Amino acid sequence: MIEHNNISNREIVLELKNLHKHFGKNNVLNGFNMQLFKGENLVIMGKSGSGKSVMIKCLVGLLEADSGTITVMHNDITKLDQEALDILRADIGFLFQGSALYDSMTVRENLEFPLRRHTKKFGEHIDTETLVVEALENVGLASAIDLMPSELSGGMKRRVALARTLILQPKIILYDEPTSGLDPITAKEIIILMQDIQKKYGTSSLIITHDVDCARAISDRMILLIDGIDYAVGTYAELSVSKDPKIKAFFKH
Amino acid sequence: MSALHSIKTQLKSFLTEIGELSLFTGRYFREAFKRPFEFKELLRQCYNMGNRSLLLVVITGFIIGLVLTLQTRPTLMEFGAVSWMPSMVSISIVREIGPIITALVCAGRIGSGIGAELGSMRVTEQIDAMEVSGTNPFKYLVVTRVLAVTLMLPLLVIIGDAIAIFGSFLVENIKGNVSFMLYFSQVFDALEFGDVIPATIKSFFFGLAIGIVGCFKGFYCEKGTEGVGKAANSAVVFTSLLLFIIDFIAVFVTDIFYDL
Repeated sequence: MIEHNNISNREIVLELKNLHKHFGKNNVLNGFNMQLFKGENLVIMGKSGSGKSVMIKCLVGLLEADSGTITVMHNDITKLDQEALDILRADIGFLFQGSALYDSMTVRENLEFPLRRHTKKFGEHIDTETLVVEALENVGLASAIDLMPSELSGGMKRRVALARTLILQPKIILYDEPTSGLDPITAKEIIILMQDIQKKYGTSSLIITHDVDCARAISDRMILLIDGIDYAVGTYAELSVSKDPKIKAFFKH
Repeated sequence: MSALHSIKTQLKSFLTEIGELSLFTGRYFREAFKRPFEFKELLRQCYNMGNRSLLLVVITGFIIGLVLTLQTRPTLMEFGAVSWMPSMVSISIVREIGPIITALVCAGRIGSGIGAELGSMRVTEQIDAMEVSGTNPFKYLVVTRVLAVTLMLPLLVIIGDAIAIFGSFLVENIKGNVSFMLYFSQVFDALEFGDVIPATIKSFFFGLAIGIVGCFKGFYCEKGTEGVGKAANSAVVFTSLLLFIIDFIAVFVTDIFYDL
């Protein structure tokens, strides 16, 4: 709990309050609350279909929440117009579950793409080449710059997607299942890469996963998303010894 | 009761789709005139669509010209009216057969391609990734593609018409020993602006329909990879039906102008 007090003194960069979202008769989020502090790695765990991806998509405005507030760096995104939202999005990186690389573009073009709308952030005389090479060097794939996504392995695609996320130098990175579909060794490499990036750039990270190993390795704090609410909040050490059967189910191997 | 219920459900679903398609078209016109303009992507799409469909349009046009002349020749000979062949073939190709056949070929080639491409981008979250990066995916993907087909289709129709008339000339040259100069002077004597202009305007609407339906089906594709196949397939079916409806309206309107 001492650790919690230390964290709660820090600046909140992202906050969800009483978030509701339903699809037809299915209530996916039933009043979900969450706070992400500056420089923190917060892991959100939940079963498949529990609403983790819906929550993260509401966060960046890809889905519209039914009710509740979403505050990102002191901006209520539900009240922003499209232009203001796009400017704010430059500070939020999003790593998609399936990498989501543009398959008709080379790796270089994939990385250049986000820069075209955010010249204000870097100035008009933006050195695209340097930014692309630097982002690829961060993920150890500078040699893949002219390859097409179809020529990359699953792990390489995830690294390139991470480089594309990093190129706008975001303050917050949202990871949607960063290790899903990868073999254990590649998954471990991705986790180490995420830790290195956090150390190097001091970003705040929100990681959606159901991979317990990933959660243990990277989380400062965890939230268990059960029945559409923030059912339990705590560190990995605290939650993994809980007697609550719903919480225990997550940590069974 | 169940049959009636099924008809009601299908009708409701069809009308809902028409409504959504109308909203999508409205959004296209609003976004098309707003900055920023994606000129580079538009040129790339024009090149891709024009270049990739050209060979298919040329082959189809050539065969249509050959077949039309071969099939019509015996009947015209029976009435001693074979000298009317250049006029008849050119008018029927320019007014009707050329635009509709080229549009149907492009609906299969371009419409299904757009449906599958955007559908695949939707299910692999590439469209979401685009939006998160601050780029308006509707403007970048939809507006450029619809505009490209709308601009390219009339050009493809003109090329297809020319090749079809050339195919017809080859048959006449081989079978009736008609010279190039004689054949084409009769073609240009027969054709008027009143034949070419309505057909060209109609082709723009055909292009718009192919682009809008292909993009609509792909952009709102659902249900994973199965949905991609359905998006491509329904884009072709729906567009083909729409092309005939547009053709009917265009002919009807043109006919009113001819009567004036």
